[in-house]
Amino acid sequence: MTSAKIIGRSLPRREDPPLITGRGRFAADINFPGQWIMRVVRSPVAHGDIKGIDVSAPLAIPGVHAVWTHADVAHIPPIPFRLTGLKTLEPYRQTILADRIVRYVGEPVALVFADDAYVAEDAAELVVLDIAPRDVAMSASDAHATEADVIRKGYGDVDAAFANAHAVVALDLAVGRHTGVPMETRGAIATYDTARDLLEMHGAAKVPHWNRDTIARMLGREPATMHLHEGHVGGGFGIRGEIYPEDVAVCAAALHFKRPIKWIEDRREHLIAANHSRQQQHRVRAAVDKSGTILAIDNKFFHDNGAYMRTHAATVPDLAAAMLPGPYRVPAYRAIGHIRLTNKTPCGTYRAPGRYESTFVRERLMDAIAARCGLDTVEVRRRNLLDKNAMPHDVQLDTLGTHVVYDSGDYALLLDKALKLANWDTLQAETKARRARGELAGAGIALFVEKSGLGPFDMVRIEIKPDGVEVVTGNASVGQGIETVVAQICAEVLGARYDTIDVVHGQTDRIARGMGAFASRVTVMCGEATRMAAAKLRDLALSEAARLMQTTPERLAIADGEIVSRDGGASMPLTDLAGLSAEDTFESRHMVYPYGVHVASVRVDAETGGVTIETYAIAYDVGCAVNPRLVEGQLAGGLAQGIGGALYEEFLYDEAGEPLSVTFADYLMPTAHEVPSPLLLVTEDAPSPLNAFGLKGAGEGGVNPVGAAIASAIDDALQRPGAVTQLPVTPQRLKALLKR
Amino acid sequence: MSEKTPITLTINGRKHAIAVEPRRTLADAIREDCGQTGTHIGCEHGVCGACTIIVDGAPVRSCLMFAVQADGKAIRTVEGLASGDRLHPMQQAFMDHHGLQCGFCTPGFLMLAIGALEQEPDISDADLVDVLSSNLCRCTGYQNIVKAVRAAAKEMRK
Repeated sequence: MTSAKIIGRSLPRREDPPLITGRGRFAADINFPGQWIMRVVRSPVAHGDIKGIDVSAPLAIPGVHAVWTHADVAHIPPIPFRLTGLKTLEPYRQTILADRIVRYVGEPVALVFADDAYVAEDAAELVVLDIAPRDVAMSASDAHATEADVIRKGYGDVDAAFANAHAVVALDLAVGRHTGVPMETRGAIATYDTARDLLEMHGAAKVPHWNRDTIARMLGREPATMHLHEGHVGGGFGIRGEIYPEDVAVCAAALHFKRPIKWIEDRREHLIAANHSRQQQHRVRAAVDKSGTILAIDNKFFHDNGAYMRTHAATVPDLAAAMLPGPYRVPAYRAIGHIRLTNKTPCGTYRAPGRYESTFVRERLMDAIAARCGLDTVEVRRRNLLDKNAMPHDVQLDTLGTHVVYDSGDYALLLDKALKLANWDTLQAETKARRARGELAGAGIALFVEKSGLGPFDMVRIEIKPDGVEVVTGNASVGQGIETVVAQICAEVLGARYDTIDVVHGQTDRIARGMGAFASRVTVMCGEATRMAAAKLRDLALSEAARLMQTTPERLAIADGEIVSRDGGASMPLTDLAGLSAEDTFESRHMVYPYGVHVASVRVDAETGGVTIETYAIAYDVGCAVNPRLVEGQLAGGLAQGIGGALYEEFLYDEAGEPLSVTFADYLMPTAHEVPSPLLLVTEDAPSPLNAFGLKGAGEGGVNPVGAAIASAIDDALQRPGAVTQLPVTPQRLKALLKR
Repeated sequence: MSEKTPITLTINGRKHAIAVEPRRTLADAIREDCGQTGTHIGCEHGVCGACTIIVDGAPVRSCLMFAVQADGKAIRTVEGLASGDRLHPMQQAFMDHHGLQCGFCTPGFLMLAIGALEQEPDISDADLVDVLSSNLCRCTGYQNIVKAVRAAAKEMRK
């Protein structure tokens, strides 16, 4: 028995009150008495030999305490891999400070420690770097770019399928370099307590437990002598919260100087030092029969990982290869991904890593097949969709240590719902009429399968407190609403009052293990672990209450924070059982696979090359929406980032490797002007069979196919199938396209 | 460069007597010298608007103003919006319309919207989107922010 339905309601967020009143605790808000400020001196050269570093001038400034170079951190090993850590990639890991050679503009070369941020910045500018430049590699498809490894995935007889094909469609496609760019820059503050031999770092995010264990190991310490603390985190998107050189540096310095050390990144640093993502070039081919049915897909791609392999190692290209088949029947498949190193900022994941890219590739391919076979863009997709009766569907590919098996889905049903949501037929008629009048208006569609709920485990402990209930998880908040979702699940299963449930996350001293917030895993993994622990605690509470109330547990229920007798009479508040607790762990070896359909309509301005998104519709099946408004919020927010990657955002470099996108005036993120009000439809037609509520993740479905849908709409507006081959479609590129 | 000038910053009606270098930004002075960390710094070059506050009735980027320029002026920040437990209609509207996720840009948006509406209570929808497009948010996709501000505008006109 549970109290009134709480799951499925758009309750107000538990997170909001401190954030709207200025009481948030973001990294820069944290200070300790006697702290020193760390400033990073970064390489101004994209590739070169360090001949000398002169630190005498900065050390002469009052208030400057020390300057470190590689020699001071030489004892610390390079940063290890967290995911998809192929052994072959290890030689390319990044050290804390550059060791003899610099490989991208922005690479940390020296560290200045001073009393004050202004003094530290003055001093950093006085560090004299003598760097002899070397040749640079600026493109992953350049033969002289280092090939760190090659990823190979596939199944079926691809060559035979191509030999017997009615037609072969081939495309050369590129996705631009862009990334998450959270509004809060990175920051880390370390303290060392000599008396307790305890090292602590504030400003943690995303994966505090793994980072704690790893930083401790890198510094030669037992993990138990170190703790990480997550405050408020101003956006995650994959890039925030991974271990970067600066995180390790503040910890090493706090240990060495026995002082609190604070580092806050500035925006220019962020744009050249935090993980980049997305940049890939794909040479893809499809073999099809007469009816436009796919017989095989063969894809060769180049992944531009920048100068080093960071914590994600091969994750992004691996996901691109594993998720490319999407919602379609692909009888034979081959992907060969070349991981190449260039003299650019190193890469990691960005929301829908590998899928923003491979959905663009797959959906461009579907449009090309439609054009080749004389089919409508919707019809070609419908013909190739996996049937709901094919679920669960074993894709015969592996990624992130799991076998890719679509757990549930009715793709055709969602396609119908999406077309209705977007008024597809009317849209077609209207854009056609407008084109007849000389306007460049068009509509496009993209389908995708997402992945979410990555294991292997999540652990939750729930305790009844004198004033409510406390849920402790090793998970993390990046602004997505974990406190709200977990509290809703706990309230429903335990019978506690939603507004009395505190959710503690991101504190390594509060729970032994935790996986963290990535791969749209929190609601699925932490949600199911919460359900399990809450059910356990409810049973315990009912037994204990039955003893106190001299009845049997079966005669009792918990609703709205009260333990009540089913046949009326006595009741007691749940909080009278303060101290009672339960914990449980949910383990899962398979991910769960939500899916969606996006429909975009655009207007192209032939004079300026500008693209205006007129309408945008998103239909997304999330299995079970714990808080529908939060799911919609994830979709709408993802859409804005997807638009950025489709039309505006791009890290550009000159031929010497100098980054050109180093301010918000150069790196253009969408504003309220550019992002339309989307039509959103969240469905629950295909709950996951892999957890009790049928949960699937919501974090990446808003961004995944945006580049693909907009490209398709631009093609339609121009009435030139296959015109868009490169993202972002900037005005310059579109003008060039119109001239061709 | 390190000569300090004594100034008084009046933040939400409270006076803070501090001494700052001429180059110190108003954002840094409010946060570091006056301890009001609700005002956030997102870019330090005047594009993102996370540091937006209201100075003498107008929304300004506090990263683009020197602290000494604000000496004696009336400064309002996010910390001054609620009176006790009673939220400002704009704060309430952001909660009601899910106008925030991570919350980092939120203080800047609140101050921008309140400043704009106080100056022009009957602002048109198009002008409002113009104003709101001067700040960046990376989580929400903006539409819930626009909805929240429209709802709050109605409340504020009452």
